[in-house]
Amino acid sequence: MAERERAATPPYGGVFVARTQVMDASDLRRAIVRIAHEIIERNHGLDNVVVIGLQTGGVPIAGRLAGALKEVDGAEVPVGSLDVALYRDDIGLRPVLPEAVTDIPFDLSGRIAVLVDDVLFTGRTVRAALDALTTFGRPRAVQLAVIVDRGHRELPIRPDYVGKNLPTRRDEMVDVREDGVDLGVVE
Amino acid sequence: MKSLLSVAELDVADLDEIMRLTDQFVEVSERQIPRVPALRGRTVVSLFYEESTRTRLSFETAAKRLSADTMNFAVSTSSVKKGESLRDTVQTIEAMGVDVIIVRHPSAGVPWQVANWVDAAVVNAGDGAHEHPTQALLDCYTIRQQRGSLEGLRVAIVGDIAHSRVARSDVLAFTTLGAEVTLVAPPTLLPPSLAGWPVMVNNDLDDVLPKADIVYLLRMQLERQHEALLPSLREYTARYGLTRDRARLLADDALVMHPGPMNRGVEIAAEVANRPNSVITRQVANGVAVRMAVLFLLAGANPRDHIVGDPNG
Repeated sequence: MAERERAATPPYGGVFVARTQVMDASDLRRAIVRIAHEIIERNHGLDNVVVIGLQTGGVPIAGRLAGALKEVDGAEVPVGSLDVALYRDDIGLRPVLPEAVTDIPFDLSGRIAVLVDDVLFTGRTVRAALDALTTFGRPRAVQLAVIVDRGHRELPIRPDYVGKNLPTRRDEMVDVREDGVDLGVVE
Repeated sequence: MKSLLSVAELDVADLDEIMRLTDQFVEVSERQIPRVPALRGRTVVSLFYEESTRTRLSFETAAKRLSADTMNFAVSTSSVKKGESLRDTVQTIEAMGVDVIIVRHPSAGVPWQVANWVDAAVVNAGDGAHEHPTQALLDCYTIRQQRGSLEGLRVAIVGDIAHSRVARSDVLAFTTLGAEVTLVAPPTLLPPSLAGWPVMVNNDLDDVLPKADIVYLLRMQLERQHEALLPSLREYTARYGLTRDRARLLADDALVMHPGPMNRGVEIAAEVANRPNSVITRQVANGVAVRMAVLFLLAGANPRDHIVGDPNG
């Protein structure tokens, strides 16, 4: 899932080399279930809650989160996906290409939109996502769920739900997959 | 991609990338607010030395949907009337700071010349009877949207091939993507030589229609025809027009395309233009999304050398 970040970060086209496993498959599953509980608790149920995965890493997580929400609360939440490439503030600084679909087949006005991403780093993707959401209506609230918060924020953005806080070096990279999370470097 | 001058510069991978990106912009165009900030702060100027409705408006709409600033240049109200040369006009425009120049000119090759003079990206929006690359891209996209792929499709391009830049660009694009192209025209409206063109030629439309997956009708370019190339337009219509009777020869799922503006009653009968398998308005709609993709690739997707920043952000 770090494909995209890898393609857009020097050395371009490098290879991710895992150094440490930080979460295994069951850690990841437990984190998603806990976040589901926290979402339900914070919003007193799931009325008006929608889940939006950020392309590409956040989309499978959003799907799993919606599954967990259904298991815990029984309610089916609408799931959307959002590609923020066209909203980034670094277009022209690095190769940015939208590569996956934006699919938000519902009006966001009055809803509570839970943005889901795999890794929170500088916060710039989330800023772009907040910008993008405004074209789909005016949500009552926007919340942010991430599997890994690796620090190094460049913008005043903080997550509402975190799977794991993971202090990293700037040149490291976090890879969230279906079966766990690795910390490594790009070589 | 620095400039888009000719379809000949594009290989299958380039075409695929543009088509894939166009999917994104079709989705953007369908939103309630069809606008993204991707080219905020960039300036796109259209430099049209020939009249145009759809291409100019289509590029302008595309630029606006990407939040670029647009400037319009119409020869009739400009200093060209005072005798300013093309080079001076182009350099004046560049001095104002533009990122993309969209050029249409009655002489073939002008976009290349302009690209040599400026640092800005140049898009060929039609140069004489030579090329019209974005039209070919939107035609490919429209066919792909309807049929999934161009591979193995039989395309008949009918009409005034000699004067058609659309035909030249389409032949290149369609054959690159694996389609089989047949040109159908009276001998006087074919180019003097077709050597090196990857096409077949047939003078009998009735023979071609039943086998065609796509019939692409070209506009009879009366303004470019300076000699008597046809006995009469009525005779042209009788032999090469897609009349209602002739349209019955088409397979049920065959697509009818036209780059516009249509001469209804000449190359295409009014009711044929409105039949369900006619995708002519779809071509126009896709034109905006394809041009968004092209503008984004030229002005947005690639790092600009003169901006220094932290690429990790």
